[in-house]
Amino acid sequence: MNQVLFQPLAMIASMYLFAEKGGGGAERLAFNPAVLIASLYVFALAAFLGYQVISRVPPLLHTPLMSATNAISGISLIGSLVIAGSRYDHHQMLASILGCAAVTSAMINVTGGFLITDRMLKMFRKKEAVKPEGHK
Amino acid sequence: MSNAQYFLEATYLIASILFVLGLKSLSHPDTARRGMIMAAMGMLAAVLGTLFHPDIHNYLYIAIGLILGSSIGIPMAMVPMTAMPQRTALSHAFGALAASMVGIAEYVIHGANMGGVKMGALGLEVMLGSLTVTGSLVAAAKLQEMMRGTPIMFKGQHFVNLGIFLGMITCLVLWLLNPTTAIYFYIVVGLAFVFGVMLVIPIGAADMPVVMSLLNSYAGLSSAATGFVLGNNVLIIAGTLDGFSGFILSILMCKAMNRSITNVLFGGFGAVVGTETGVAGSMREVGLDDVAVQLAYANQVVFVPGYGMATAQAQHAVRELGNILEERGVAVKYGIHPVAGRMPGHMNVLLAEANVPYSQLYEMEQINPELPSTDVAVVIGANDVVNPDARDNPKSPIAGMPIIEVDRAKSVIVLKRGKGKGFSGLENPLFFKSVTGMLYGDAKSSLTNLAQAVQKV
Repeated sequence: MNQVLFQPLAMIASMYLFAEKGGGGAERLAFNPAVLIASLYVFALAAFLGYQVISRVPPLLHTPLMSATNAISGISLIGSLVIAGSRYDHHQMLASILGCAAVTSAMINVTGGFLITDRMLKMFRKKEAVKPEGHK
Repeated sequence: MSNAQYFLEATYLIASILFVLGLKSLSHPDTARRGMIMAAMGMLAAVLGTLFHPDIHNYLYIAIGLILGSSIGIPMAMVPMTAMPQRTALSHAFGALAASMVGIAEYVIHGANMGGVKMGALGLEVMLGSLTVTGSLVAAAKLQEMMRGTPIMFKGQHFVNLGIFLGMITCLVLWLLNPTTAIYFYIVVGLAFVFGVMLVIPIGAADMPVVMSLLNSYAGLSSAATGFVLGNNVLIIAGTLDGFSGFILSILMCKAMNRSITNVLFGGFGAVVGTETGVAGSMREVGLDDVAVQLAYANQVVFVPGYGMATAQAQHAVRELGNILEERGVAVKYGIHPVAGRMPGHMNVLLAEANVPYSQLYEMEQINPELPSTDVAVVIGANDVVNPDARDNPKSPIAGMPIIEVDRAKSVIVLKRGKGKGFSGLENPLFFKSVTGMLYGDAKSSLTNLAQAVQKV
């Protein structure tokens, strides 16, 4: 149940779909079908939204779009953080090292991605206010 | 559920909303920067929230990862704009690596206790992630010219690839049926690494925009699958946005080349030796001063850049010439083909870096109607995207690909390094047309010399 409550959307979906099961002591790790269904809803809606939003990005900004989505998908950092910092009964060392590697690679994308996107977007200007006379 | 968890969920929800708003702001260059700063704030909120996650007890590995990641990520954001394609390919590799590491760690920790559906998502995540890691590394090596850019093909390649792919899927299914047999899982990981390499080596450098977009898509989908495994919505949302963005871009790029994705992936384009199109006539070489006079007295000049502009680092020189022409009252425009360069939007970024205002950057559909009334079209290191064979010769390998119709302009000047064929090895009849003049030499020095010559006119 913990996992279902963990997500507002999953909660709503589970209220509709699995109302009779409410309060059940589902095992923490076993997969709860309500979570899967809610996740599929989120996936489908995000795909639809993504299509709508991204097809409006002009070709002018396709390179910044790519680096921006790259930076955003660095959100896998939050999953990596939990793995790198949690305590386990076994395989502690291996899990921590894998987690640490995941934190590193995700962090590269988060810092690098947002910084370079900003650097690029800074360069796109309409008509320069001051004509770069002394341009190198 | 504790207050801390509600707080955490709130930060994730805020992050999701800010990500969507950030991407929405990219629909216009004026709003883009502010929007992306908002998205970065969303990321910061989610990360700070997660640091207070109740399961986290040990901050040592987290600190190491964060510091190491920042110290690699920040220099990677400082690369010159001409290196953008390689840099982006590398960041696809890192994104995918993070996703596969999370997947492997989840399996190491929870083993077979996850349940079938979660394991399926995990298998997909690790498979997509791993093949994207090696695929992107190969793409980066090709773009950095550490590997030759021409397709690497061998006999029976399709069968080998099919074999690897089927082996990978079989092991994945076997693993799902026998979740405790870890060896199947690791075979899937290993085969995915090999498959990523095999997928990208037969692809020519000119097709990189499609491959980059596809790898972008895979990296995103593998992040989304991570979200399914961890039961985390913000991961699903961000991963899906990334995945779909890459997917849409790859479709756009394919359309801009009039080819299907299968053709790009399995066609080995660029390995074919140019079919003889029987182009008659000879190329007309023009002198610097001739061109300078033409440019100086033109009403409208359109520059059409290609990958050659990036390799010659000529974007600043173009801008300087453009400035001088504008001061003389010439209308200066830039016509940009969707697949010019090595990644989507590559030319736009380079010209923006050189201070060209984006109001002068025109898409192919916008610039084509203007070309008949253009006095001089200057082609800078572009070849296939201006090849009239794509329009006129149905037998050409690039037949049907939309082009920038520079041959409709009153005069065409082609800046080219030498007399050889272009990257794809195709003959370009544009070079033999009577309106076309060839100006040989390094694009950057040619443009600088032109700028000086125009000033003397």
